[in-house]
Amino acid sequence: MQRQASLWVALALVLVAADARATAPVDPLGSPMWAAHARTLFGDDPVRFDPRVQVDFPMIAENQRAFPVAIDARAIAGVTRMVLLVDLNPIPIAIDYRPLHAAAYVATRIKLDQRTPVRGAVQLASGQWLVSGGWVDAAGGGCSAPPVSRVRGDWADHLGEIRGEAWPMADGRSRVRLNFRHPMDTGFVANIATYHLEALRVKGADGRTLGEMEIWAAVAEDPAITLMVDGGAGEALRVEARDTNGRDYRAALSVARQSPVPASMPGGR
Amino acid sequence: MILSRRSLLGGVVALASVPARAANYAITPEPIGEGVWLVRGADEPIEASNGGAIANIAIIATPAGTVLWDCGPSVRYARALRLVAEQLTGKPVVRVYVSHLHPDHGLGLAAFDPAIVAALPGMIDALRAQGQGYADGMYRLLGDWMRGTDLLLPGRAITASQEDFGGRTLRLLALSGHSAADLALFDPQTGLLLGGDLIFHDRAPSTPTADLALWRASLDQLTALPHRGVLPGHGPFDPGGTTAIDQTRDWIDWLEATLTQAVRGGLDMVEAGELPIPDRFATMAAGRYEVQRSVSHLYPGLEATLLPRVDVP
Repeated sequence: MQRQASLWVALALVLVAADARATAPVDPLGSPMWAAHARTLFGDDPVRFDPRVQVDFPMIAENQRAFPVAIDARAIAGVTRMVLLVDLNPIPIAIDYRPLHAAAYVATRIKLDQRTPVRGAVQLASGQWLVSGGWVDAAGGGCSAPPVSRVRGDWADHLGEIRGEAWPMADGRSRVRLNFRHPMDTGFVANIATYHLEALRVKGADGRTLGEMEIWAAVAEDPAITLMVDGGAGEALRVEARDTNGRDYRAALSVARQSPVPASMPGGR
Repeated sequence: MILSRRSLLGGVVALASVPARAANYAITPEPIGEGVWLVRGADEPIEASNGGAIANIAIIATPAGTVLWDCGPSVRYARALRLVAEQLTGKPVVRVYVSHLHPDHGLGLAAFDPAIVAALPGMIDALRAQGQGYADGMYRLLGDWMRGTDLLLPGRAITASQEDFGGRTLRLLALSGHSAADLALFDPQTGLLLGGDLIFHDRAPSTPTADLALWRASLDQLTALPHRGVLPGHGPFDPGGTTAIDQTRDWIDWLEATLTQAVRGGLDMVEAGELPIPDRFATMAAGRYEVQRSVSHLYPGLEATLLPRVDVP
């Protein structure tokens, strides 16, 4: 027992020593990439784990090419930036969102290359980062499999198509859903260069930017994005996006008069 | 207690080594009609704890030999099944029907001579195209349970509407909807209908290859077929013969209406997967699991139909 105890002490000392060099706190998920990602992403900014950052996803990664994730930090005031981080993906950041005049909420679908932590990191105006998330079990290959539209060969026929709608919410904001057709090539499939949507901006009728984001190829083919921006029923929204080939995407949608269905309805389990 | 270096090292090696050899499958046939036995699958997702033995299997005794209805997820399962079935009937297995391409029902066919394994032509085509992907997924989930299970294709394409086994004639119905080619079997001698995965009972239906309109049409045909008890692909035997079919239809109708309303109402996929399941489905196992899988299968198609185009030049 003595020998075992001394082994544990030695192990703990190594861990403490390693941790002392990083600004980030010890990762409750025990990810092998946490320290490296934290150093790159957060630099010298303070970081702590906070369950008020709700990172929500299904219990099973049914499709590792398109795994839905929602980050909801509406319980925290003053969020200026939201990052969707997938520790063990070869492209670890999926979305870097700035909700300028919008709720601290973003939902999308991502690729998973293996079992990995999926996290939401939100930054406050003070520079403080708040992080939460969980492990997702997944079959491999979400990032290194060719997009379905590449296999089918029709990706170019639909490039630029955008579907979407906007619905007024009780708090005076609007829920915006946008579905782009885009292959979102990761560059990991033979002879297909990296090619993905890289920027998205939603503007109000007065031209001011309500929310903007950088997007990486870790976002699933045919990106689907849900936001909650300022502006109620009848508001005319403009969407501007650009991909890594410099192609511009434009959409116009006005907020509907009817409300979205509530996310939870009574009368069931 | 003083632990030696050897025992410590041994422990570390044991922890780091490959997962332990899986246990053997328990095959327990229950009689559901004259010369027909049901081997119940676990009403659970495919997991290492159940070895993937989640589909219902049937054993049918005929004068010409033993007929199997589906043969399980792995060679190990199928070998155990064959042993039990032949002991039960006293006759060798002469035919294995594989109801559809999903691996929990048919990957075990590799334990048999392909010449006695029969499936619909559309099932064989689909298995040729997608079977390796299914096999890879099963190995990832089940590990050692799958050892030795190679992807083989059924050697007999079913084109006739019935097959005679020394006087016991079994009717074969070529349907679709749960997958591109779903076989159902009707045994006139007992009135039993073996529905494959067109019929679920107290276990939520799965939709990875579903066409819901075709599925409904197939359920109409099965309802119209005079029969007694129904053996669903998953869940308990339905002796009355209507409950399981009606419940399956109720679920897929609810699912499609709910997801359609969710897309129209602006819900994201994560939210749609968390919508409440009505109390009338409370008896159905794996409900939340299958709803979230179905959102993954069906939501993008519904969005592409229901959300309007908003792109401008």
